[in-house]
Amino acid sequence: MSAPKSRARRDFLKSGATGAAALVIGFRFSDDAFAQEAQEKKLINPFDAWVHIEADGRVRLVLAKSEMGQGVTTTLPMILAEELAIDWKQVRVEQAPTNPNIYDHGTGGSASVRTSWLPLRQAGAAAREMLVQAAASHWAVNANTCRAEAGAVVHGPRVKRLPYSQLVAAASKLPVPDFSKVTLLNPKEFKIVGTDIPRADIPGKVDGSGVFGMDVRVPGMLYAVVARCPVFGGKVKRFDATKAKAVRGVRHVLEIPALPEAHTAGGVAVVGDTTYAAMQGRDALTIEWDEGAHATESSATLRTQFEELLARTDGTVVRNDGDARAALQGAGQKIEATYEVPFQNHSPMEPMNATVHIRKDGAEAWLPSQGPQWGQDAIAKIAGLPGDKVVVHTTLLGGGFGRRYHADFVAEAAQISKATGAPIKVVFTREDDTQHGFYRPASLHKLSGALDAKGQPQAWLHLMSSVSIDQYWTPPDKAKPASSEVGGAANLGYAIPNLRMEYAPAKSGVPVMWWRSVEHSTNGFVTECFLDELAAAGKVDPLELRLRLLAEPRKVRVPPDNESTLDTSRLRACVELAALKAGWGKPLPKGRGRGIACHFSFDTYVAEVAEVTVSKGVVKVDRVVAAVDCGRVINPNGARAQIEGGINFGLTAALKSAITIDKGRVEQSNFDNYEMLRIDEAPVIEVHFVPSEATPTGTGEPGLPPCAAAVMNAVFAATGKRVRRLPVRTEDLA
Amino acid sequence: MPPITLNVNGKAHAVDVDPQTPLLWVLRDTLNMTGTKYGCGIAQCGACTVHLDGEATRACATAVEDVQGRKITTIEGLSADRSHPAQLAWIAEQVPQCGYCQSGMLMTTAELLKRKPKPTDADIDEAISGHICRCGTYPRLRKAIKTAAAMAAPRPAAPKPAAKGAAR
Ligand code: FES
Ligand code: FES
Repeated sequence: MSAPKSRARRDFLKSGATGAAALVIGFRFSDDAFAQEAQEKKLINPFDAWVHIEADGRVRLVLAKSEMGQGVTTTLPMILAEELAIDWKQVRVEQAPTNPNIYDHGTGGSASVRTSWLPLRQAGAAAREMLVQAAASHWAVNANTCRAEAGAVVHGPRVKRLPYSQLVAAASKLPVPDFSKVTLLNPKEFKIVGTDIPRADIPGKVDGSGVFGMDVRVPGMLYAVVARCPVFGGKVKRFDATKAKAVRGVRHVLEIPALPEAHTAGGVAVVGDTTYAAMQGRDALTIEWDEGAHATESSATLRTQFEELLARTDGTVVRNDGDARAALQGAGQKIEATYEVPFQNHSPMEPMNATVHIRKDGAEAWLPSQGPQWGQDAIAKIAGLPGDKVVVHTTLLGGGFGRRYHADFVAEAAQISKATGAPIKVVFTREDDTQHGFYRPASLHKLSGALDAKGQPQAWLHLMSSVSIDQYWTPPDKAKPASSEVGGAANLGYAIPNLRMEYAPAKSGVPVMWWRSVEHSTNGFVTECFLDELAAAGKVDPLELRLRLLAEPRKVRVPPDNESTLDTSRLRACVELAALKAGWGKPLPKGRGRGIACHFSFDTYVAEVAEVTVSKGVVKVDRVVAAVDCGRVINPNGARAQIEGGINFGLTAALKSAITIDKGRVEQSNFDNYEMLRIDEAPVIEVHFVPSEATPTGTGEPGLPPCAAAVMNAVFAATGKRVRRLPVRTEDLA
Repeated sequence: MPPITLNVNGKAHAVDVDPQTPLLWVLRDTLNMTGTKYGCGIAQCGACTVHLDGEATRACATAVEDVQGRKITTIEGLSADRSHPAQLAWIAEQVPQCGYCQSGMLMTTAELLKRKPKPTDADIDEAISGHICRCGTYPRLRKAIKTAAAMAAPRPAAPKPAAKGAAR
């Protein structure tokens, strides 16, 4: 990432409440693409974050990142406080109000730490240098005889000391130094980065005071639920609201059209004084649906389509080293397997919701959103207002996992608010959330491998078909169907001379979207289980085979437009560490087994060893040991929590749940039939970090991809059964 | 219909609602006490857990007419200042991620600790398996419940200064 340009823009954030001078430095997290876009759009301001040092010495970090439990409101201030030489507690994070002219607001892709590390350090160092310069001028000494320490600048043997509060006014008049020239701290001096700082958002989450989207209360607000066609793409034919309107507390019943651009289904909205009134009203509706074109789709028809696509030979080639097909033909030993994974829903504990108030002259919204800017765009279009007349407040998010990037729920609230004139909170019931989601794609994979006489893999052919995310979201002429589907498989890091992957997108009416770790959730499972199959067929220990195939230090960057480069030595180090910590090779009692898997995603390397007990057709995961290389770890305890969360999220998909389609609709509805992992099924998790001074990378997603594979490889070790479809079923263990 | 009187966290509230309304929505939408969460509405996830006369109960599956005259405690009433041992332990062990499930987890834990001051892993499984945490905070929950139990346990009497001196 290139260094952000530094320019002080004091005109966008006014001085503190006192009206006194403040030191303000604007900068940006996002890459140059955004700056270019900003220029093209003639945005008045290319920044998306500010450091704001008040006249009283308090520091505000204004940023456009959403807190969903990943600790972004703790980790980012830590980085700033370090360079600024202050106690991190003095930094107060302020959620930036979304404004298209000012911010680029989005949180996802495990990117917050990765993209902000350098800019935040530079901003902190720039502010520090300005404060030091102000003090040096005051004392009429050379700046390099002064240093910043504990919120003050000090100088000389008899220690002169000036707190920042007394320097802010003078410093604010100095030019902001060029970010590329500021002196960053030597990491050896870090006092905050690398320590277990308690998260700032946690206290408000133990006493009920934290405000999630669901908890926003606005004067005059009404609650709305929407009846949507259960079949994707279906529409209202006619409806009768007589009974619904008779329900106590129901205020309005109205039809809202589908908005293709916002990917909303449309339907009949019932608006009431309480959520319960609206829900009761919806139950009392009589609706006749026009089910549309997808009413015959099912998981079975989709699977048939996958099979047909993979039987053809015209898939897009996304990796082609050597000649895999020829090598397979002449192979001494050939192994073939078919893997499949179903759709999955994000199902954060807080169902989708949004509170929107459209007035004549402007609009205001309270959104639990990973992409409030999408929400703002949607509201502006529906309201017919310019974007800067739409003020968006980002609330706490009760989980996101990708789902909360989208703005379908925001658009619905905007439609209803516009029609009724009232502030409207649209609430998805759990059933709505389960049946009107944007799912992790279902996919089918055919793999073939060839081994030489020593059990060394010589060829690897991976044919994949899925419902493509990019095809769903991007106009056909611009879509790159493979782009969110093949990561983690096309860039396989193993040294196999003949390696080919092909991809074929399927047609489906099921909306799809990014789900925690996106395609890596699938491809980590498929590739790491198949590698285990090759190890077993070649009678090589699965750990040994991985180490062999990662032995030569190489950089793998496939496909060419992939921004990430996999470094095989870093992956190998994780494999070694996980194996060591897990006690690989130590005997286990009968019925238990140990499995290993590794994966590279979002620039982070993870290896996991799972220990399982299989009894009476049930897999119990006893323990997962993870080894993680995410570069320098900023907040180890916070990073550990993210890896733990990713593993348990992955285990739900491996052991418990699937979204299946019948008659064009989702068959599951709530947690009784779309089951989540519970405490008695959750393993002991140990997380170890590979010591590293590399640029920090994220941990929200990368813990997930290897876990299903480690578990199913452990199941094989325990039982000799290969589980090639998720979630694991009792019949697959028999 | 005469209003229904609810005793929530030691305060009486008269509410004029359909008597069939689940307690959850009365707390959240009528009384604007939003610490108690909606997660599923069918007694599957535990996010809505409150105490009824000290007993952990799913507010989404409890009609408001059935709780008149009973003592309702919500997360807001667990302590005045985040000082309940479970709350302290939750912070010490850094349990919450998104936090949405945690009100319910804390209410169940508070009740568990009353019933079983030293809960075993099996006790914890039994109590918490009625809850879902999508963020996967289970390992920390387990640890924090034990930490809370240790915090709540009566401390051994402080050693006398003389004894302390003798120990040196
Ligand atoms: S909301 Fe009551 S148990 Fe889920
Ligand atoms: S902390 Fe997010 S659901 Fe439990």
